[in-house]
Amino acid sequence: MTLAQMMEITGAELLVPGVPLDKEISAGYSCDLLSWVMGREQPGMAWITVQTHLNVIAVAELIEAACVILADCSQVDSAMLQRARDDGFALFASKHDAFTLGGMLYAAGLRTTERP
Amino acid sequence: MSGIREVFPVEAGGFTTAGEASATIKQILKKLGVDAGVVRRVAVASYEVELNLIIHSLGGELLLHVDDHRVRITSQDRGPGIPDIDLAMREGYSTASEDARSLGFGAGMGLPNMKRNADQFAITSDPGVGTCIQMDFNI
Repeated sequence: MTLAQMMEITGAELLVPGVPLDKEISAGYSCDLLSWVMGREQPGMAWITVQTHLNVIAVAELIEAACVILADCSQVDSAMLQRARDDGFALFASKHDAFTLGGMLYAAGLRTTERP
Repeated sequence: MSGIREVFPVEAGGFTTAGEASATIKQILKKLGVDAGVVRRVAVASYEVELNLIIHSLGGELLLHVDDHRVRITSQDRGPGIPDIDLAMREGYSTASEDARSLGFGAGMGLPNMKRNADQFAITSDPGVGTCIQMDFNI
């Protein structure tokens, strides 16, 4: 599944203009605890979280996530948004909650990251 | 490959710059042509140890040492030390502040994540003095 297909499936809004949308998503994981995400990291993963701060982008880049989708998102932290735009990182916002987003992507064939 | 040594000071409570040392270490290893899988393991482990310095220590530093056979990450801090290392190594155990937890840290998975990603992991701590963590990754 590409980022463009993920957008079509979930209706998520791209917050960083110009990011290539043909990038492949390898798997998905939903969690708000950063160490849990790093324990389940997989290159090209989509990470669904409600956490909106700088450290999310730092972790996502370190683990080479394809994108971060902010669930239940009404407002994005300005420092986080700036960091994502500076780095050209694929940050998305969705009105859907994490459970619904995961369900939509699962129904479209995306599976969770592998357990270590 | 010639030996490389770099030192990265890490400030206590520096959440806004958290991950900068780890990101630099990752870039250095990529430039050296270290295997991508090893780079990812080092990145996760060094981020976890960097965050431990920020969340728990009074400040310290990360040392990167690369030679032909291994990547070594050493974390040395100025206290306060860990009274019970076995307890600290247990998954889910954390003494992180509410502030750190509200940012998604303090899951009690930091030390276990380091140990799982490193090929060799050693931790020593002297309460009141400081903690030293050494992680080796074979290349």
